[in-house]
Amino acid sequence: MVALISVVVLFAVVAYIFLNGMQVISLNFLLKSPNYAALDKGGIFPQIIGSLCLLAVCLLFAVPLGIASGIYLAEYATENIITKSVRFFVECLAGIPSIVIGLFGLIFLVYYLGFGPSMLSGGLALGFMILPWTVRASEEAIKTVPHSYREASLALGASKWQTIRSVVLKSAYPGIITGILLGAGKAIGEAAVILLTTGGLVTYIPHSLLDDVGALPVYIYMVLTVVPASRAVAESYAFGASLVLIMMFLMISVFALFLRNTYVKRMSGSRR
Amino acid sequence: MSKIETRSLNVYYDGGTVHALKGVNIKIEANKITALIGPSGCGKTTFLRALNRMNELNGVKTRGKVLMDGVDIYSRKVDVIQLRKRIGMVFQQPNPFPMSIFDNVAYGPRIHGLRNRKLERIIEESLKKAALWEEVKDRLEESALKLSGGQQQRLCIARALAVNPEVLLFDEPCSALDPVSTARIEALLRELKNDYTIVIVTHNMQQAARVSDFTAFFLMGELIEFGETMQIFEKPRDKRTEDYITGRFG
Repeated sequence: MVALISVVVLFAVVAYIFLNGMQVISLNFLLKSPNYAALDKGGIFPQIIGSLCLLAVCLLFAVPLGIASGIYLAEYATENIITKSVRFFVECLAGIPSIVIGLFGLIFLVYYLGFGPSMLSGGLALGFMILPWTVRASEEAIKTVPHSYREASLALGASKWQTIRSVVLKSAYPGIITGILLGAGKAIGEAAVILLTTGGLVTYIPHSLLDDVGALPVYIYMVLTVVPASRAVAESYAFGASLVLIMMFLMISVFALFLRNTYVKRMSGSRR
Repeated sequence: MSKIETRSLNVYYDGGTVHALKGVNIKIEANKITALIGPSGCGKTTFLRALNRMNELNGVKTRGKVLMDGVDIYSRKVDVIQLRKRIGMVFQQPNPFPMSIFDNVAYGPRIHGLRNRKLERIIEESLKKAALWEEVKDRLEESALKLSGGQQQRLCIARALAVNPEVLLFDEPCSALDPVSTARIEALLRELKNDYTIVIVTHNMQQAARVSDFTAFFLMGELIEFGETMQIFEKPRDKRTEDYITGRFG
């Protein structure tokens, strides 16, 4: 019964966004640059590309670091005060509100390191935000790999690193993918972090890592608060961008699940 | 000629609080099957794992000597990776990797740097030696986890054979298998002893009597009696051995 209520709520939200967003979706909307003076003459193409670019930078930072930390915590670290505190700080990092991460990104990346408001700053700040998810998912996934696989590999004369690389990571891969997906979902929908570290009213596609970059959540925020447009127009364009955002998220999820399932099928030979 | 010899081998668990093996002296003959029997917790598996230094993984302390071809495998000069290449191991639960049949057997040769052409020949030979080739030759690319338990265990044997070891250690290899699969593995063991020195831990005394040439009886970390299997089962010298094999405890 309770589960049914959640399903109804979810369905209602998606349907509402879908119905409202569909009105403005057109090729022009998807493929043109925004026109902040007249919303109905522009689109959100740079924002779509920008969101994807930010996600790419974010994942390039958070995934390798997360997996490496996960390997260290699960395979090399002995249970002591240091590992416990590393784990504790990772937990804490997960609990920091995104606006605070954004603030840190602004002070440290934009000003101190001089990256300016850019794709690099935004992507890295998003990376900080999802790092706990990739670390934790990697560690958990690695820990669930049966001990017998490790023993079999070591007994064949494999070194510890060979065992991790060729057996443990391969078996942990589906779990790691799930963790990355959760992180990617958070990153692509994040507005506060990007607002403080990169673009506001962006109308162009970035050409380098140090270019300002737009993102869909920021567009939604800007349209509703800053851009001079009638409330009805602003809302319908915000819904349009929301719909695209949700679709992008769905596509990423489906792609990751597909990747995961084909892999699991290949590995386990289950017929499902 | 003895292939492996232990001299007052002592093993301690849990920071030295548990004395799992107490001064074991034994000579394991080349190209013979030596069975290790005894009740649960008697140290037979610990002894087996001392022979390829697998105990080290669990922070176990080992004292005494294990000589293989006269060289102490616990000496600092011995590379544990080379050692484990020379001593293959098959575990209680079949534990093929979640990969294709081919990749499972290829795993060992690959980590030791072998590629392509030679690999295919080694895989075919190993699977043939493990009496699995006929059953899987047309589906080497399928996942190993699709095989039955008995086939998986033979695959694990093939995987161990692929790195060309001299000694094979079996840790209760049939305890998870049905009688038919068990019979196949036992027949395989008798065949393999022509090329390898085999040590097998078993809790099944009939199995020890059926397949082994020598039998070692362990009790509470001590080697109670060691000798030819016939002698151990028909004329045990020690009262405790007799009690165990006649089923008075265990």
